[in-house]
Amino acid sequence: MQTLRVTLNGEAVEDRVPDHWLLIDWLRDARGLKGVPAGCDTAQCGACTVIVDRSAVKACNLMAFQVDGSVITTIEGVAPGDGTLHLMQQAFSEHHGLQCGYCTPGMVMRALAMADEDVPPEPDAVRKALAGNLCRCTGYEGIVEAIIHTLPRLRRVDKEPPC
Amino acid sequence: MLSPALQVLRPRHVEEAAARLLAGESKAQLLAGGQSLIAAMRTGLSEPSHLIDLRSLIAAHPDLDTLRDEGETLWVGALVTHHRIASSPEVARHSPMLALLAAGIADQQIRNRGTIGGSVALHDPAACWPAGVLASGAWVITQQRAIPADDFFTGLYGTALAADEIILGLRFPAGRSGIYLKSEQKASRFALVGVAITRHATACHPQSSTTTERLPQPGTRIAVTGLGHGVTRWPAAERLLDARFAPETLLAIEWPTDEATADLHASARYRANLARVLAIRAVAALTGQPAPPAPPNDSLRERPTR
Repeated sequence: MQTLRVTLNGEAVEDRVPDHWLLIDWLRDARGLKGVPAGCDTAQCGACTVIVDRSAVKACNLMAFQVDGSVITTIEGVAPGDGTLHLMQQAFSEHHGLQCGYCTPGMVMRALAMADEDVPPEPDAVRKALAGNLCRCTGYEGIVEAIIHTLPRLRRVDKEPPC
Repeated sequence: MLSPALQVLRPRHVEEAAARLLAGESKAQLLAGGQSLIAAMRTGLSEPSHLIDLRSLIAAHPDLDTLRDEGETLWVGALVTHHRIASSPEVARHSPMLALLAAGIADQQIRNRGTIGGSVALHDPAACWPAGVLASGAWVITQQRAIPADDFFTGLYGTALAADEIILGLRFPAGRSGIYLKSEQKASRFALVGVAITRHATACHPQSSTTTERLPQPGTRIAVTGLGHGVTRWPAAERLLDARFAPETLLAIEWPTDEATADLHASARYRANLARVLAIRAVAALTGQPAPPAPPNDSLRERPTR
């Protein structure tokens, strides 16, 4: 067993995890964060993307013990908690950035990390930055529009994104 | 979910980690960023009994996680991520090729965790770093020795590393300019074929050997990845380019098709031709000339009838 001391969605958490657990195992099975979907399980689809220390990572491709000491944000930690949505979530809704919804948590987390990476709010740059996230409904138009719409607002309103 | 038998080891010193690699009947593997290893474990391609977490060595061996301009060389610790290399001002100054190569690996999530040390230790036959390292004439530094890139990569997934040898970092010589071009396999974003070409930034022709032993040989170095047998140089093309460094020089030469392999993504012929086309484009980019249209090689033109 390994000891994990992390900040998870704003809360200090200490937990013991089996050596062989992946980060996604711990988030879903121990912490009940089912908004982290297991998509392809081969580190290609990006549905399980979460933010660890301000960087987007694929939770299916990290061992749980590797995030010890980190600050972790999942889709569950994105909304402000007063019943409203985060700007990025709202934009996905308004721009039809989701169809079946399976890829959406990973898309939103990846999009939030783009704000930290200073990805310009332009179609080519956003598409390139989305290379690690697949939408099998091929709803990329709405996804890219939602991100382009939101990135400048995140930088202006909230220089410190929620993650 | 991985095998419950898996155990994690977090040694403090390189000597301790090296001893665990040799210990008994266990199949211990080193974990750097894990972006290839963990994927291989999930598919059952790799089944280590123990994972040795290299990050636990950083406190005692800070060079592992350091990126440093040393004047004549650039030090890149084994645990430095692709993302850090892609966004480092030191790397951009020292070798823009390396920064661009790093920025083109996989996707941002993988680049945030994957490391240069892990990539060269694995020597995946379609990986980008082996081409950049070999074309740069870099050295792979372990706790035992400095291994020139020419001696380090030894065929498919093969390296010169001994069973208990651990990569601490890489040293890239200064003074070479280069470019890396790849054609991506779209799903994995690995190189279908990738070609890295470097030459002396100040002189494009071979010069007398007044340079120190530490400097790589002058002249052109071409390294090709993705052909299927691991990264390899292309000496015949290097000789031609040393005589005349121009894109059309390479129209006279073909990559031997029998030295490329076929899989569901591309035939051997296609790969061999792609190596030449990318090399021509790379030389064109380095010389600022337009790339001449490259006719398909003979083996592509004369398709055997079945």
